[in-house]
Amino acid sequence: MNIHEYQGKEVLKQYGVTVPEGKVAFSADEAVEAAKALGTPVVVVKAQIHAGGRGKAGGVKIAKSLDEVRAYAQELLGKVLVTHQTGPEGKEVKRLLIEAGCDIKKEYYVGVVVDRATGRVVMMASEEGGTEIEEVAARTPEKIFKEVIDPAVGLQAFQARKLAYSINIPTELVGKAVKFMTALYNAFVDKDCSIAEINPLVVTGDGNVMALDAKLNFDSNALFRHKDILELRDLDEEDEKEIQASKFDLSYIALDGNIGCMVNGAGLAMATMDIIKYYGGEPANFLDVGGGATKEKVTEAFKIILSDENVKGIFVNIFGGIMKCDIIAEGVVAAAKELGLSRPLVVRLEGTNVELGKKILNESGLNIVAADSMADGAQKIVALVK
Amino acid sequence: MSILVNKDTKVITQNMTGKTGMFHTLGGLEYGTQMVAGAVPGKGGTSVDFNLENGQKVTLPVYNTVHEAKEATGATASVIYVPPAFAADAIMEAVDADLDLVICITEGIPVLDMVKVKRFMEGKRTRLIGPNCPGVITPGECKIGIMPGYIHTPGHVGVVSRSGTLTYEAVHQLTTRGIGQSSAVGIGGDPVKGSEFIDILKLFNEDPDTYAVIMIGEIGGSAEEEAAEWIAANMKKPVVGFIGGQTAPPGKRMGHAGAIISGGKGTAAEKVATMERCGIRVAPTPSEMGSTLVKVLEEQGLLEKCITNKS
Repeated sequence: MNIHEYQGKEVLKQYGVTVPEGKVAFSADEAVEAAKALGTPVVVVKAQIHAGGRGKAGGVKIAKSLDEVRAYAQELLGKVLVTHQTGPEGKEVKRLLIEAGCDIKKEYYVGVVVDRATGRVVMMASEEGGTEIEEVAARTPEKIFKEVIDPAVGLQAFQARKLAYSINIPTELVGKAVKFMTALYNAFVDKDCSIAEINPLVVTGDGNVMALDAKLNFDSNALFRHKDILELRDLDEEDEKEIQASKFDLSYIALDGNIGCMVNGAGLAMATMDIIKYYGGEPANFLDVGGGATKEKVTEAFKIILSDENVKGIFVNIFGGIMKCDIIAEGVVAAAKELGLSRPLVVRLEGTNVELGKKILNESGLNIVAADSMADGAQKIVALVK
Repeated sequence: MSILVNKDTKVITQNMTGKTGMFHTLGGLEYGTQMVAGAVPGKGGTSVDFNLENGQKVTLPVYNTVHEAKEATGATASVIYVPPAFAADAIMEAVDADLDLVICITEGIPVLDMVKVKRFMEGKRTRLIGPNCPGVITPGECKIGIMPGYIHTPGHVGVVSRSGTLTYEAVHQLTTRGIGQSSAVGIGGDPVKGSEFIDILKLFNEDPDTYAVIMIGEIGGSAEEEAAEWIAANMKKPVVGFIGGQTAPPGKRMGHAGAIISGGKGTAAEKVATMERCGIRVAPTPSEMGSTLVKVLEEQGLLEKCITNKS
């Protein structure tokens, strides 16, 4: 789960990570109030969306007066910001972070992730702050330093020092950098993050080590034990269909195409998207209806797919293990009858209770095209949608 | 032969009295697996009756702890159907009881819990498969997990996969061609897991009854690439592969916690390229996993040996 920069900074602050003074604003008036309260000569007005690259896209403005704060706030609020991470449709800015300007002496990168190869939490640091870390990794990988952290003892001071020396943190600030890194690690582990990126980490003219930006992402599997983080969820930043799907515990991702998919199992669901593309079609979504799905859940899944206006046809691909083919068939028939079936529907069933499932579909009176295999089904739906 | 499990393997079900645990313990018994006991905290001293389709009734004892269940039955393996919030603890309990094999079916375990589990397991002899996996099956002998037994048939092709239903698809494509499986292992869809491709491939490599392997991967991480390099250097038998998620957009978690392209890494294209470079034939579509294996077996003169079920 993603959260906004200002929320990430609030979380980190709780753990003693130094962040600039700042406040969220939802209107130009609030922006000016916040700037007044800060009272610094320079105030930064930052668009808050769940995407990076905001600075380059004009989403970060430096204001030197309250009038400028108001002007920038009015400009940014309601603006659709297009960054290299939002996709061409961009994201509408509904919140701003009003932050105290600081005297940046140098920018660095510090990030914490789970390294799959070692099964450990890893802290990475680089002197190339302010740049995309993927670019640095591609061009100059030797400029990225890593410390693998033993979960039995956590990030040790010697490890943080090693990183600080490697990225040339000024000697007199190494102590503060170590405190910063340790606090960042503690926040990561305590809140079950999947990524915590500080890009840039800055050292300032007045001798501070601070997170100028903070990107925190949380492990969805762990949200059940972090009600406070769940409350930070911004539904405006999520696809409506994905929100609806999550209410029914369906795994759903919206894509750009016009062939809706309903599959059981994530691997098979991904493979179904792939095979549609292989035969010249474009999947409209990823949807894993899961093993224990009920007729109601299947109906709901169908509704969500149909609610996508782009969808011109649907491919149901089920290999029943725990999932029974007759349950899927009942759900598909119920949904089609409830919502009307005006778009082509191809169903491929295999596995547990397959004959019963096929019978239910045949006797439904609905125009459902049966497929013998995954390839057959994909080819049929692609042809029907053209 | 097979790897990991066979007709002699005795299995404890952790959380056997839960709905999923009950359903799949019955499924195991129906298949002929030696399901011998349940371990459910607080239900020790009770027992559960299972009514099999053939009319047979099996009563299994329940113990409070894995250790007690192991002492009473001589079981060497356990399967875990414990909810995500408590599953890491269940894994560690099984490891502490010094079982040979633990198979964790549970999906949704917090990643950092698994980081702790891995640390806990260092220096211990237990092998973990999963979490978030369908289980392990040696057709005709032992089925531990949620896979439909009837699509499998005994034979000589090993299957190792990160996905559940996509594995069934592959197995189905093999079985319908008369090609049986030695063992099929689901390593699971999580980013931090007990066993990676490499660990299972090593076992298949050393199993005299496995003549070829199908390896099914997906986006996220670099396990397929690491396995491919190992295969090029060590594998004595042909390996055929498939990678799901070629059309997955970056940054999005595609169902499995581990199926995510991040920072440009873990793309299907990269995996396919590395695998092919290492001599692994990769099926271009999921419907061609079986046919791709057949082609490779023919080329290597192994097809006849691998046809074990002329139905």
